[in-house]
Amino acid sequence: MEEALARAKRLTEAAEVFTVDSEETTVQFEANRLKHLQTRQSSSVALRVIKDGRVGYAITTRADDVATLVQNAVETAEFGMTALFQFPPAGVYPEVAVFDPAVAAVPVASMVDMGNELIDAIVKHTPDITCEAQVSRGEVSISIANSSGGQSRYRKSLFSLSVEGTLINGTDMLFVGDAESSCQPLATTASVAATVLEQLELAKDRASAPSRAMPVIFTPQGVASALVLPLVMAFNGKTVLEGASPLGGRLGQQFFDGKLSLSDEPLVPYRITSRPCDDEGVPSQRTPLIENGVVAAFLYDLQTAAQAGTRSTGSGARGRGGLPSPSPSAFVIGTGDTPYEDMLRDIKEGLVVEQVMGAEQGNLLGGDFSGNVLLGYKVENGKIVGRVKDTMISGNVYELLKNITAIGSRARWVGSFLYTPHIYLPALSVASKG
Amino acid sequence: MTIEAAARELADLLKKMDADYIEAHLEESQSSHIIYQGQKLESLGRNEAVGGNVRALVRGGWGFVSFNILEDLPGRVATAVAQARAVGHEQSRLAEISPVVDTVPDEVGENPVSLPLAGKKEMLEEYNRIIWATPHIKTSTINYGDAHKKTIFLSSEGSFITQERSDITLRLTAVAAADGDVQQAGFSMGSRGDLRAIRGLHQEVARMARLALDLLSAPKAKGGEYTVVLDPVLAGVFVHEAFGHLSESDFVYENERMRQIMTLGKQFGGPELNIVDSAAEPGLRGSNRYDDEGVPAAKNYLIREGKLVGRLHSRETAAKMGEKPTGNARAISYRFAPIVRMTNTFIEPGKVSFKDMIADIKEGIYARNWYGGMTSMEMFTFSAGEAYMIRNGQVAETLRPVVLTGNVFETLKNIDAIGDDLDMNQGGGCGKAGQSPLPVANGSPHIRIRHCLVGGK
Repeated sequence: MEEALARAKRLTEAAEVFTVDSEETTVQFEANRLKHLQTRQSSSVALRVIKDGRVGYAITTRADDVATLVQNAVETAEFGMTALFQFPPAGVYPEVAVFDPAVAAVPVASMVDMGNELIDAIVKHTPDITCEAQVSRGEVSISIANSSGGQSRYRKSLFSLSVEGTLINGTDMLFVGDAESSCQPLATTASVAATVLEQLELAKDRASAPSRAMPVIFTPQGVASALVLPLVMAFNGKTVLEGASPLGGRLGQQFFDGKLSLSDEPLVPYRITSRPCDDEGVPSQRTPLIENGVVAAFLYDLQTAAQAGTRSTGSGARGRGGLPSPSPSAFVIGTGDTPYEDMLRDIKEGLVVEQVMGAEQGNLLGGDFSGNVLLGYKVENGKIVGRVKDTMISGNVYELLKNITAIGSRARWVGSFLYTPHIYLPALSVASKG
Repeated sequence: MTIEAAARELADLLKKMDADYIEAHLEESQSSHIIYQGQKLESLGRNEAVGGNVRALVRGGWGFVSFNILEDLPGRVATAVAQARAVGHEQSRLAEISPVVDTVPDEVGENPVSLPLAGKKEMLEEYNRIIWATPHIKTSTINYGDAHKKTIFLSSEGSFITQERSDITLRLTAVAAADGDVQQAGFSMGSRGDLRAIRGLHQEVARMARLALDLLSAPKAKGGEYTVVLDPVLAGVFVHEAFGHLSESDFVYENERMRQIMTLGKQFGGPELNIVDSAAEPGLRGSNRYDDEGVPAAKNYLIREGKLVGRLHSRETAAKMGEKPTGNARAISYRFAPIVRMTNTFIEPGKVSFKDMIADIKEGIYARNWYGGMTSMEMFTFSAGEAYMIRNGQVAETLRPVVLTGNVFETLKNIDAIGDDLDMNQGGGCGKAGQSPLPVANGSPHIRIRHCLVGGK
């Protein structure tokens, strides 16, 4: 790493080396039984340079072949974008707990036990179900060093548990599932099991939905699968700079329902998306994005912040092998004051939506979505009466989030990216075969 | 250490180990990418990678170790075997194949990654100028990638196969905006490493940008059931998503009820319907000589004259279902174990012309071009990049892009016309079990589906 930086500095104005080393062990269950045990080791070294004012970039897994890495980065700099930023000098990083040595100490046998325990609980409830489950633990080391003297190095531990169940009856299929992750070992499989059992209970009976507009409650999983992706794109400072974000020019304006608040949170202890700094070495910060319906900020990395005449929000993220680009760490939607049970009671005829398939295929920038309700329930007179099938919902996220009936009083993490309560909307277009 | 040296060392190690079966993959790749976001160059870079994996089978359990530091190979092999032993609890079963020793050179003479970036960049800038010459364009993306890969596969059964291949993908999007409304159109293309396949697309790019503009004034479809005609690109996505994934035996082999649904001989569609998956087609992105278990490529019929006649297998799923291996075990890279995947999947052409197909449709939808697709076995959704109303046998006004959804089994039965104009789409990539994008091709002639559910107002 030092060698790559030193060599690059001799040929360019500025340079930055970013390395990732990871090792992950996964216990995998198929068809209710233990099937695979996997270990993955991976290392990469990425070099970003600024030469004649332009950015060059290359990445390799061959830490021993620094010469090719430097040569590739210098070659690409000839065509690269004009660098409007400087690499950040040494800085102070916030404290955030993302490493727990207990993760590496979890024996593989205990991970196998957890998977078995989870599957046993589900199969005991529904004997005909087929489950796939994964229990995984790992460790990632990230280090960043640049020619401005900036330097950051941190270790992160990861532990995750997930299950997907499929219940087939003739040509009718039901999909249920849940997942949990942390930088600490998960103590129990109980909450994942409870979510899946609840899904199975609610989906026992079939119900039909008419084709018309009706009120809909999105569960936290439903919010994740139908409503969030357009917001991820719209709050990206790069989308804003291009003029493609519907929120561009709306900073400080009341654009959403006053009940809605959203922030980007990289500093929640032991969340696997948390980190002391972003992938450019800029210190992490909490960034409010929507405050009581008002557009509060957009997310920037170094280059886009310079373009926008503002400061990086510490949102530079590198996809595998890519240059940094603005990206949220974790979206947190503020809780409201309405218990889910009260939302249900309020509905005469409507839907509870838990999983939507295909919503991310619509016109995401414009906020239009249209998706098949993969797991959702019909509500009649304040009670869930059964699962709906062959049903599509569609709408525009921006129109919908301007008028929210209620936001739930309890929130949960969905995957590693989103923390959200239930969101209850007054009317959504539903098309159904019944 | 070179991957050749590592392969030689592993060849000796695999023979000595106490496991029912062991295989190793080694890989060396170069790739480059050029991305434009709007009129600006967003990212341009080069990537070099080397790595490998060892996969062991002991009493039906699999152990897998991947690495990109080519050191301590005996330790890696021992770990994989120990993992497999910890999992195994039954008899190992793999379909028999003959061990192969072979070297397969790249199909294209010139490695596209080694060509200078300047020429590629110039071509992309021409396309971008065409997009930006269109009124109301707000942003655009161009995503170009090329890759060259050399892989070595070796097994404890004595196979030792070296294969080289190249791959090129190009995806463009144009986004138009006016009066607070934003619409986009896209276009994708790919090839087996031949840069000429993505040159000279000026007309197609202009058409795409124009579509984004036209969509701003297009109405939304009214949601409901329609007779829908799919163009070859979208029908190719349909056959991949709706039926192809269902044919992947890893979903089926340990699931008694899925086996009942997917019983060979069962009628799935009309007598005109033939669906094929074939890695043996020359020059397509899903083609290969051997899959990642060393099984030779073959042309496999999945549906013949409407009846289910075959499915896609790895050696393990084939053995467990008492069928022949089909050469469909694939991994996107050394970081993953091979799993059952499609290669080039298509509906064989029928006899109906496009004109005849729409002639008796009073009110329907003509859906074109790929935007995305997903499946959850029984249910699928796929998105058209373009859509038009069909009125009284004629293609009529442009609609906002539509999402089609349905039940696979019903929808296959509802295909009532198959066109005479097979075309293969090389622009797609497939994702499964965290392995994405895998190069595949899919295709079809125009097809007509009755009673298809369309999302909308």
